[in-house]
Amino acid sequence: MPAELETTPGRITLRGALTARRLGPLWPRAVRAAGEAAGSALEIELSGVERLDSSGAALILAMERRHGGEVRISGASTQAAPLLAQLRAVAPAQAPVRAKPAKRPPLFAGLRTKIAFFGDTLLALAALPAQLRMLRRADFWRIAERAGQQALLLVLVLGFLIGMILAFQSAVPMRQFGADLYVADLVTLALCRELGPLLVAVILAGRTGSAYAAELGTMQVNDEIAALTTMGVNPATMLVLPRIGAAMLVMPALTVAMDAAGLAGMATVLAAFGYPLSAIATHIAINGAAGDFLQGLGKGLVFAAAVALIGCRAGLTANGGPRAVGEAATAAVVGGIVATVVLDGIFAVITYRLHL
Amino acid sequence: MSAPVITVRGATQVFGSRTIFRDVSFDIAAGEVFVILGGSGCGKSTLLKQMIGLLPPTAGEITVAGHSVRTEVEQVRRQIGVMFQSGALLGSMTLLENVSLPLSVFTDLPAATCAEIARLKLGLVGLGDAAALLPSEISGGMLKRAAIARALALDPPILMLDEPSAGLDPVTSAGLDKLILQLRDTLGTTCVVVTHELPSIMAIADRCAMLDAKAQGLIALGSPRELRDHPAQPMVRAFFHRETL
Repeated sequence: MPAELETTPGRITLRGALTARRLGPLWPRAVRAAGEAAGSALEIELSGVERLDSSGAALILAMERRHGGEVRISGASTQAAPLLAQLRAVAPAQAPVRAKPAKRPPLFAGLRTKIAFFGDTLLALAALPAQLRMLRRADFWRIAERAGQQALLLVLVLGFLIGMILAFQSAVPMRQFGADLYVADLVTLALCRELGPLLVAVILAGRTGSAYAAELGTMQVNDEIAALTTMGVNPATMLVLPRIGAAMLVMPALTVAMDAAGLAGMATVLAAFGYPLSAIATHIAINGAAGDFLQGLGKGLVFAAAVALIGCRAGLTANGGPRAVGEAATAAVVGGIVATVVLDGIFAVITYRLHL
Repeated sequence: MSAPVITVRGATQVFGSRTIFRDVSFDIAAGEVFVILGGSGCGKSTLLKQMIGLLPPTAGEITVAGHSVRTEVEQVRRQIGVMFQSGALLGSMTLLENVSLPLSVFTDLPAATCAEIARLKLGLVGLGDAAALLPSEISGGMLKRAAIARALALDPPILMLDEPSAGLDPVTSAGLDKLILQLRDTLGTTCVVVTHELPSIMAIADRCAMLDAKAQGLIALGSPRELRDHPAQPMVRAFFHRETL
């Protein structure tokens, strides 16, 4: 039987099953009826109630509260009376107040901890020769394999496509000036000096930085980091340094792969425009300076260290359950990409000032 | 014993070549606090997973309120509330939101009313003042009590609790035991509790079923006092008298 309500002056009669799943339409009517009876004594009659669960009891308490005066409960079953008494004892005195949302932390609130983390890592690096026993070779190669070998196919495909797109987009306008063969010089310079390391760093931030953050964040949430710390093992030595080392180890290889794939993509487009591969290769060999290539590799090492450091920091500072792990992964990707671009800008200024 | 609300007939669980238990049978009466106990690895939690429809039995049949856990799992789940061992509260929601969730999904009550009811449920488990906190901000005992409040959100006639006292101090554990008995007394809830905590078993159980990993099945069924005072098996005696075999 559905829950029903009948009102007469000074009395509200409830019938049927007063249970959570059947209260929806009845609740506002019952509470309103109790409010309309305010100012005089009210009787809530329950003898026709077949079943009363704690949601039904909550309705009766809500009616009492809305009425605000003398309310008498009649006809309550032997099960309903103690339930009402128990809920009445724990009911809050006031209507629930929504908690204020937490204030957003100031923009640079984490700057100090970021700098401290960087310092801790440097100290761990300095102390490494005396703490080599904390490093686990198998872990290092597993991390390097995930960061490098498993990213290789993605890097090759992206590099090839980027090389093709760059060549095609440059060749069409340069052809109007009869300079389309110089596309080889342009793309070689752009890839080796700038785009190669930059794109690999973005891939590294998306794949490896986020993985570092999620892995270390989960360890942090599960108190594994606390366990290491209490054992006297420095997490920076055991967890952070191998990850930075692995990222710096694979970065040059991935950059070379990206450059090579990009040049292959560019050669494919120029070959389609009718240039022989030997002419393209000659242009690359003559105009592609080793300095640009090495500069790209050097930048890549710094990008890799930054991406790995930011990923590890995001993971180790995760706090507050599974949501924190997700937030750490996001922070690692965003922070890694931003840091890469900022560092690239700094490199651009330095190389310009040094005429490199 | 009143009519059974849960019947377990020949329940068997095999993973690959490993038999966890076989041919487990018992009934649970309405309003009873029934404890499934046994040593680590005997399949207590696995049996509970079968009873809540998360793991189909390899063989045998389990019914909850007349519904088969194999073929009528939706109807079964309308009858039960479950507290998992870890609490399993959603970390991104406050305790109030966690407890409101079943009400807002399965009833047509407005959100404010759901929150009002949820606050009362939290009050029932002694967490009325912690409604605005996140699960990560509370202790293990509070987490378990909040999980019970969520399991009770829709006032299910059957409450299943997996290791409610595990990892808790004796005082908090005793508080949870008292809460389970209160629920049985005031709401008439049938409680199925998986535990190996002897003080809790003695405090709350009307009857218990003991599983044993070595025997791969049920080795004792009865009230905790019967099992303690008249153990029919060495394992039962060892368990209740804290002896080594």
